[in-house]
Amino acid sequence: MEFNFQFDWQAAIDSLPFLLKGLPYTLLISFVGLAIGFVVGIVFGLMRISPTRWLRFPAVVYIEVFRGTPVLVQVLFIFYGLPTLLGGPINALTAGIAAIALNAGAYISEIVRGGVQSIERGQREAGLSLGLSSTQAFRYVIWPQALRRMIPALGNQGIVSIKDTSLFSVIGVGELVRQGQVYIANTFTALEVYFMIALLYLAITLSLSLALSLLERKGLVG
Amino acid sequence: MNDSVNRKDTAQPAEASPIVRLDKVNKHFGNLHVMQEIDLSVAHGEVVVIIGASGSGKSTLIRCVNGLEPFQSGRIEVDGKTLLPNGASGKSLQAVRTEVGMVFQQFNLFPHLSIRDNVTLAPRKVRGWTRQQANTTADKLLERVGISDQADKYPTQLSGGQQQRVALARALAMEPRLMLFDEPTSALDPEMIGEVLDAMRELVNDGMTMMIVTHEMGFAREVADRVVFVHEGRIVEQGPPDQLFDQPQHERTQAFLARVLKH
Repeated sequence: MEFNFQFDWQAAIDSLPFLLKGLPYTLLISFVGLAIGFVVGIVFGLMRISPTRWLRFPAVVYIEVFRGTPVLVQVLFIFYGLPTLLGGPINALTAGIAAIALNAGAYISEIVRGGVQSIERGQREAGLSLGLSSTQAFRYVIWPQALRRMIPALGNQGIVSIKDTSLFSVIGVGELVRQGQVYIANTFTALEVYFMIALLYLAITLSLSLALSLLERKGLVG
Repeated sequence: MNDSVNRKDTAQPAEASPIVRLDKVNKHFGNLHVMQEIDLSVAHGEVVVIIGASGSGKSTLIRCVNGLEPFQSGRIEVDGKTLLPNGASGKSLQAVRTEVGMVFQQFNLFPHLSIRDNVTLAPRKVRGWTRQQANTTADKLLERVGISDQADKYPTQLSGGQQQRVALARALAMEPRLMLFDEPTSALDPEMIGEVLDAMRELVNDGMTMMIVTHEMGFAREVADRVVFVHEGRIVEQGPPDQLFDQPQHERTQAFLARVLKH
C-alpha cells in the first residue's frame, strides 16, 4: 500500500490569489466590528460601574447575554432570525460586523470596567482636590492610565474576534474560510488551502500583536 | 514660639471671619461615629495641626474640609462657600476644591504625566491658563521646592521625598487660599522627611493658612499656631503648642502624648 500524502506547494501557492479575495472581508469585518465594539465596550463598561442603578442594570444584561451565548448563534440569529422581526433581509456583511461588534463589545465592557477600577482611588481624589470636575478627573487622570492597562486585554480580544470572523462563512460572507471552501470544492486541495488560510490568519494576528506590543512599550514611561 | 512674628503676612490686617468653620459636623461609617459634633474654626493665616491616634478621625476631619468625605449632619464653611451634609453641596463643592489645596500621604502624583504636566494640569483645565502661562508658573514652583531639574521626568523616576515636594508644588499651582496636609511624611523613608518638612516650613513662613494632620510632634510644636487633639471622633483638647504639649489638661491627651513623646 502506498501513501501519497504529498504537500503540494504549487497548489498552495496557486490558491493564494483566490484566497486573498477573501482577505478584505475578513479585515473589514474584524476592524470595523472591533472599532464599533470598542465604542460599545466603553459605553457599557462605564455604565456597568455607574453609581446609578438604571444605567448599571441594562449593562449587566447586555454583557451577560452576549458573553454567555456563542458568536455563531449570534450571527445566525442576526442574519436569519432578525429579518423576520424587521420584515426585510440583512446584508451578510452587516450581520457579521454587527455580531463582532456586539460580541466583542460585551467582553470589552468588562475590560473597560476592570481597567478603570484598577486605578487607585487616590488618583481621582488628587484630581478632585485640585478642582477638576468629576468628568475632567476621569478624562485627564483616570482614563489615560486605565487605557494603558487595558492594552494587553484589548489585544487578546482583538485576536479572538479576528478568528471569530471565520465562523461567518456559514452565512455566505466571502471571507477567507468561505473563499477556501469554494476553492477546495473545485480543486480538492484541502490540505494546502486550509494550511494557507491558517497562515493568513496568523499573519493578521501576529501583526496585531506586534503593533500592540510596540504601543505598549512606547507608553511604558510613567 | 516667636516665629509667627517673622511671617510676611502677619503685618497685614487679619480678616475677621475665619476661612474655615465646621459647625456641629457628624459623620458615620456604618456603626462607627467617626466625627462627633465637631466644631472647629481656622483663621486666615493660621497653622492648625491636628494630632491623635490612628483611627481617631483626624484624617477624616480634614478630608471633609474639601469635600472628599461626605458627612451626615452639620455644616462646613470654607472661604465663604458652604458644604452641606449628604453630598448636597452642589456647585460649591468644586468651588471649594479650587481654592483649597491638598497634599496626601501617598503623594498621588499622576504617573502618566511628566512632573511639569502634573503641576500644570489643573491650572490649564480649571483656571483656563495657556500651556505657556502654566509652564512658567510650574517651573517657578518646582524651583521653589527644589525639583526644577526634574521637570521633564515622570513621577516614578523620583524619590518619595521629591514626589511629595512635587505634590506640594502641584497643589500650590492652583494658588490656594488654604492648604490641607494629610500625614504628608508618613509614607516617606526617614531620610526624606526633612526635605518635605522644610518645604512646608517655607510655606508657613509665607503666611499660608494650613491644616496639617501629622505624627511629627517636633514639627507640630515648631510651626503650629494651634494644636488640636482628636480622640474617637471628638476634639478633646486644643490650644497653643506649648500649652498642649507641656501642660495637657485632658487625661486622653496626656496618655496620647506620653505614648508618642516617649521615644
